[in-house]
Amino acid sequence: MDRREFLRRGSSASALGLLAPDALGRVMTLPRPRRRAEVRDLVLAAIDAARRAGASYADARLSRVRSQSVSTRERRVQNISSSETVGIGIRVLRQGSWGFAATRELTPDEVARAARQAVEQARANRRLQRRPVVLAPVQAFPDAVWETPIRVDPFEVPIEDKVGLLLQANEAALAVKGARFVNSSLFFHREETTFASTDGSFIRQTLYRVQPSLNVTAVTDDFSDFQSRESVEIAPVAAGYEHVTEAKLVENAPRWAEEAVAKLAARPVEPRRYTLVLHPSHLWLTIHESIGHPTELDRALGYEANYAGTSFLAPPEQVLGKFRYGPELMNIQADRTQERALATTGWDHDGVPADQWLLVKNGIFVDYQTTRDQVAWIEQLTGVRRSHGCSYAESWAAVPFQRMPNVSLLPGEEDIGVDELIADTDDGIYIVGEGSYSIDQQRYNFQFGGQLFYRIEKGKLAGMLKDVAYQSRTPDFWNSLDRIGGPRGYFLGGSLFDGKGQPGQSNAVSHGCVPARFRDVNVLNTGRSRA
Amino acid sequence: MSVRYLSEQEARELTRRILERSRADECRVRVQSGVAGNTRFALNQVTTAGDVYDTEVTITSAFGKRSGSANTNSLEGAALAEALATSERLARLAPEDPEHMPALGPQQYAAVPAWFETTAGMTPEVRARAVESATRVAADRGAEAAGYLIQVAGSTALANSAGLFAYHRRTAVHYTVTARTPNGTGSGWAGGAHNDWRRIDAGWIGRTAADKAVRARAPQPLEPGRYTVILEPTAVGNLLQLVGFSLFGQALSARQADEGRSFFSRPGGGNRIGEQIADARVTMWSDPADPELLTSPFDGSGLPLRRIVWVENGMLKNLVYDRFWAQKQGTAPTGSPTGVRMAGGDSSLDQMIASTERGIVVTRFWYIRSLDPRTLLFTGLTRDGTFLVENGRVTRPLYNFRFNESPIQMLRNIELIGRATRVSASESGDIGAAIVVPPLKVRDFNFASLSEAV
Repeated sequence: MDRREFLRRGSSASALGLLAPDALGRVMTLPRPRRRAEVRDLVLAAIDAARRAGASYADARLSRVRSQSVSTRERRVQNISSSETVGIGIRVLRQGSWGFAATRELTPDEVARAARQAVEQARANRRLQRRPVVLAPVQAFPDAVWETPIRVDPFEVPIEDKVGLLLQANEAALAVKGARFVNSSLFFHREETTFASTDGSFIRQTLYRVQPSLNVTAVTDDFSDFQSRESVEIAPVAAGYEHVTEAKLVENAPRWAEEAVAKLAARPVEPRRYTLVLHPSHLWLTIHESIGHPTELDRALGYEANYAGTSFLAPPEQVLGKFRYGPELMNIQADRTQERALATTGWDHDGVPADQWLLVKNGIFVDYQTTRDQVAWIEQLTGVRRSHGCSYAESWAAVPFQRMPNVSLLPGEEDIGVDELIADTDDGIYIVGEGSYSIDQQRYNFQFGGQLFYRIEKGKLAGMLKDVAYQSRTPDFWNSLDRIGGPRGYFLGGSLFDGKGQPGQSNAVSHGCVPARFRDVNVLNTGRSRA
Repeated sequence: MSVRYLSEQEARELTRRILERSRADECRVRVQSGVAGNTRFALNQVTTAGDVYDTEVTITSAFGKRSGSANTNSLEGAALAEALATSERLARLAPEDPEHMPALGPQQYAAVPAWFETTAGMTPEVRARAVESATRVAADRGAEAAGYLIQVAGSTALANSAGLFAYHRRTAVHYTVTARTPNGTGSGWAGGAHNDWRRIDAGWIGRTAADKAVRARAPQPLEPGRYTVILEPTAVGNLLQLVGFSLFGQALSARQADEGRSFFSRPGGGNRIGEQIADARVTMWSDPADPELLTSPFDGSGLPLRRIVWVENGMLKNLVYDRFWAQKQGTAPTGSPTGVRMAGGDSSLDQMIASTERGIVVTRFWYIRSLDPRTLLFTGLTRDGTFLVENGRVTRPLYNFRFNESPIQMLRNIELIGRATRVSASESGDIGAAIVVPPLKVRDFNFASLSEAV
């Protein structure tokens, strides 16, 4: 239908006559938005069609996701691209079974067809039902609006400025002797969603994400060795272009390049047990893997067994309020309200308002991450009758399910930073930035690398190490935590590409933390002969 | 399910109309369209399902050596005009790219019969019936099944202002099942992938996963170290795609090798083409028309893809050359294929076990990540069925292991090779590369630590 429409409309010159170049030379802003009333009519028509087809509950999400990326290497631009996807996803419950259908064709007929298809699917799926889906109650929000607070709209910044910044940063890196290659990029994302549900909610939200990055590679003159340094201290966040400006790529590039070169001459680590002082630019990923994922309730109950895996935090009745994750000083907060954090939102994709709650309190595991259809599974144990609002779908074409909120290690009471932790350590390794990461499907055995490794001897940094990875078991590792920094060392790390689900979906999530020290951790040497 | 995608004629018409309106020196249009349907299940019941119809039009414009691209999922005239204008605007704003390659002219492509009505026509009902066979056999064995059935049907077209037009339509389906015993002490996995649903034995997948879960109950720890391993085809595929597919452009990139930042760099300069890198029985190639691969006959740049041998009798024969690097080095571009096949041998899995005094059977690997690109060292874990072999027999289930090992080392230490089959080698169960690999018996495989995860 649409292709004919294009062939017809596209053949008239008028559709293209509107395309005068922007006098300011700016990147295209969004195509003329569909009128708000038209969007509203479509999402309401979708849930109405679903209800008429027999759905007991339905929601519809019409979303427009726009992204822009600029990538460079050395003195050339590799790619400048802009992308946009628009469509609607309709989710229905019929006799306790879910169905979901999505389409890019935004016409009333097609949306109604997709709604009926979703109900048909729920009917087909019911033949295998063992336990009907029950949704926790939620208040109706009939006219809600939320937007990521940004200072500078990244889509309004001229493309020349972006290209110029990256090439200048590359030049600054290449000025360092031994730095042979550099890749840099900027990525911007805007997600506009209109949600309506048969529970009476109508919610419009706009989320922004931004990630600047730079990677320098140093190669020895005889081509016998190479090392890279990524700009891992510059995390992706939910913000505007101001984050790019604040990242100071040009000013930082020479240091990153020098560190790439220095890694070539670093000493191989002697494998044994060490005390580890972990910078928050490294620790966030360890938190993500060893706390963020195991506290997902769907995993704990077996719903992700075929891919992401299950969790050692199970069954809930044996671990909730009982399992000692770590020492008293360990408090882990889940939060979808934190400013600049990637999983922050006004309402989740179930229409539940953003929440903030503790997963680990004084070292004890106290709650999971939940969505509306999960609350009934544990409310008798937790006493929590509401969803924590962890439902998310990466696009209109994807079904919402339980995704990680921002999960953060709260700062300690001592007003100390990483320097004090190093000064207080006799025999250890200090690790900066995330590197290699891998963890088993129940989140016990993990192994992490990093960007930079320094030997700590008698309270002082004593040279750079290489080929370092530490391997541990989640409960052992967190119970070896003995000291953490205060608020002044707080850093918000994160990822735009946390994968889970089938079909695989990406979730953007942040993890705040402070520097922390872990005792007696097994360190490996990952160096091998290149022969 | 209504199968909606652009036919060759429709794609020609659409791309022609966009190219006609281009004001750039060069313009390239890529159109993907199609449907995807999936059913997920866990705890022996369907959890979610989805049917999605989408398209994607990517327009790349170039003025001289300046280029930019834009994409949209709308086929409406205004949206396409907007994408075209955006690509032209971005191109005008881009600096000159010294590596810009002129548009490819018309090409000849291999005919690849990758479309099967048996896959395209699958309905949610068909998927639910397949799922039911897995949940029933799991329930009969006292286990609970979780799994994923994903099918896609669609087309890709590529056209440019120099007269190139390429079109390929395909279907694909992946089906994977994990069965677990309710007490959480046993887990088993099986899966399959093909373009043709009839080539996937759903009954066997369900039975094998359930059987493995039951056999894997109450695993015991074994000291980590170097062991002889019997890697089932999926486990081989999990590792091989690290060399042979997902890192095309990286691990196998000729440019990275020539630049001195790859495992395939030769100390002193250049790359390792012509060197013996694996056991003399190892031969690996890509071929879109191979009946077990059936991948696209062109890559994203429009280059025709034909049979290309990467490793022959253990010798590195080729690396991936894009058009620019090939021109610079005075060789032919290889393009970037989306499938790889490793030649099989004649050993059966049973023979591999029977010939092993002490070894470990691995069903599949998980969470594989690069540890060191200099040595192509990776880490990851075994999962869903790891068993001890003693004196020619499988004797007991084992705890899982973390490996720190290079797939190249695996290819060097081969003892026996089995018959090659198509596997679902992506960890996620999603439609990944076409990977056809044999089971392998390999000595001295490095297991670095233990995992009690089931």
